[in-house]
Amino acid sequence: MEKLAENKIIEELLPQKFGKQGQIWVISLLIVFAFGFYAYCRQLYYGLEVTALRDYVSWGIYISNFVFFVAISLVGSLITAVLRLTNVHWSTPLTRIAEIIAVSAIAFAGLIIIVDMGRPDRFYNLFTHGRLQSPIIWDVIVITTYLFISLLLLYFPLLPDLKILIGFKERNGKWLQKLYEFLGSFWKNKPAQFKITEKAVNILSITIIPVAFAIHTVTSWLFATTYRPGWDSTNFGAYFISGAFLVGAGGVLIAMYIFRTHYNLEKYITNEHFDKMGKVVVLLALIYLYFNINEFLVPAFKMKKSEEEHLMGLFTGEFSPIFWFAISASMLVPILILIFKNGRKPKWAFTAGILVVVGSWFKRFLIVTPTLLHPFLPMHDVPKSYMHYFPTWEEWAIAGGSLAGALLVITFFARIFPIIPIHETIIEIDNHEKL
Amino acid sequence: MKTNENSRREFLATTLLAGAAFAGCSSNPFTPEEITNTKPSGEMVKLLSVDGDIIEVDKAFLKPVPEMPPVLNAEARVGIQGKKFAMVIDLSRCKSVKKCQSACNHMHHIHPGQNWIKVYPMQESERTAPYWQPTTCMHCDEPPCVKVCPVDATFKRKDGIVLIDSDRCVGCRFCMAACPYSSRVFNWEEPKIEKEIADQPYSCETSIPQKKGTVGKCDFCPDMIRKGSLPHCVSACPNGVFFFGDILEDTVTNGSETFRFSELIKDKSGYRLMEDLGTKPSVYYLPPVNRNFPFENSEPIEEKK
Repeated sequence: MEKLAENKIIEELLPQKFGKQGQIWVISLLIVFAFGFYAYCRQLYYGLEVTALRDYVSWGIYISNFVFFVAISLVGSLITAVLRLTNVHWSTPLTRIAEIIAVSAIAFAGLIIIVDMGRPDRFYNLFTHGRLQSPIIWDVIVITTYLFISLLLLYFPLLPDLKILIGFKERNGKWLQKLYEFLGSFWKNKPAQFKITEKAVNILSITIIPVAFAIHTVTSWLFATTYRPGWDSTNFGAYFISGAFLVGAGGVLIAMYIFRTHYNLEKYITNEHFDKMGKVVVLLALIYLYFNINEFLVPAFKMKKSEEEHLMGLFTGEFSPIFWFAISASMLVPILILIFKNGRKPKWAFTAGILVVVGSWFKRFLIVTPTLLHPFLPMHDVPKSYMHYFPTWEEWAIAGGSLAGALLVITFFARIFPIIPIHETIIEIDNHEKL
Repeated sequence: MKTNENSRREFLATTLLAGAAFAGCSSNPFTPEEITNTKPSGEMVKLLSVDGDIIEVDKAFLKPVPEMPPVLNAEARVGIQGKKFAMVIDLSRCKSVKKCQSACNHMHHIHPGQNWIKVYPMQESERTAPYWQPTTCMHCDEPPCVKVCPVDATFKRKDGIVLIDSDRCVGCRFCMAACPYSSRVFNWEEPKIEKEIADQPYSCETSIPQKKGTVGKCDFCPDMIRKGSLPHCVSACPNGVFFFGDILEDTVTNGSETFRFSELIKDKSGYRLMEDLGTKPSVYYLPPVNRNFPFENSEPIEEKK
């Protein structure tokens, strides 16, 4: 009886070939990615001239995209590490989803920062001439560390599943079989092996928490270590981290819904999961709202002259439509949806997840750009075009291409590996039945 | 850095070779032989020697001093020993002629539209007096740009000057975000300069040639200082707004007038911009009082923040 259930679980969770929808999805992502790549080639050839970036707004949507990627990648540590260490078991089926989001996002965060560089050909200077006093070097160090810990956290729990996958030689085909064997042929399901991985995952789960806090705190310091109004804030580290957990959790809601409906995983990603993740998102949105109030209300109360133009630009000026959209879409509306039991049903939770992620992307844009348009000395002695910023098509294409790239990584991962951990699910169900 | 050294070595080697080749030839301006070969023309010129004596020299012996080869990158990063450079900008003399700007742009081959020197029309508030405020790089003693640079491409020298090594800059633009004075510009595209200049090896001291994808800014013209001349903006200003000098010598000059730096700052109540940020600029301002010119502006006045 038990054996049968196990086989059924395996069969249902094995990675599946792309259906028609899947193919359309992959091809559209490839087109967007290729277009972004073409735009990047143009940028390499002509220089950053092809962007709308100029001397005042010298950081634009590349950097906001970078902050967005770093933010969304924090979810890996939230779901795998924080919930694991606090002995929360319901999140087990979501760990791999969270971890692959983390890995692909942090990898593309690294890539988009290279895209933003004026001299990507001198990237190696960061290693040959790196100076520890620069927050950029801190970022390089912690992001690399985070990427490797996340990769290990993805890989170790995958080992028992690889053994299962290797058993399906016929189904896999030549290439996948080779890949699985390369990655996991040493795994024999021995108790000693389980013990070692268990221990390793525990150690990594503990290590990844300070590293995760570091990646986003340091990213916030790229701004907070300058004098500029809107960035010069001691609130920034906590503000960034709370926002990061929120957007990551929103991303998981979206991924849960898509994988569930597309691969018919209703038994594994249940309504209860949406209910619980929904509650997590409400909590995170409230925390982020709290830090937003700190970030805007306190300087607005004083209205120092240097801050005034920046704040008024957000509240009622040029950026007010985006500002209020971002605040409502990333926090207020999702809270209103998810606070109700019916709002935490899959469809509504999915909608809330999309609002959170889209709102958060624009929130990152607002963190980066408006500040640069309000320097201490007024903008002067520059061409008119230097005084505004609206991204060019190349910038949109590259930013879009990077998002498509991150989604492609997640999509191909789900094609090659079981997106719900098979082995852990079997163990969970066993434990459940024993109870 | 390597390219610089190499090209300097190459330069020296070629000079030596050229010297050898022209050794016996009368057209070589470098060897003393040539002077002995020169026939006196009989026409004498009166000159002031370095000791302050008036001397007479035959015109035929007058030769231009050869251009000094550019300094090594390693030297350029240390600076001129025993100096601490500063600038004083007298706002009461400025009427926004912008000769400083055009001279600077011309000599540094700055991209059209961009400026290292900006002349701001300033007005603190509605009822306070408007005035012109030229800004250069402040060459801060606590430079925020240097603090954030990840690769030591922008650096602070012993003589107080902050420079950029465009051969090392990775173009992250963190320094531009960090600078509160907005004094940095970026080469968004391939600089539009003549081939001979673009082909020169980059020197931190001349900031030439600017390179695509790197940051540029006012460099206090250390190449001019090494030659004993004043920065281009100082000598270009018809109204003597800019004073340049050495704080350790306690002297600043605009070319025609020379002051004790400390006395000038004391007498005219000199100040620095954004003192509250703790950046400790090397550029001092004298307030726009007893002005030489009324403030006339055709551009809309931007309020100082």
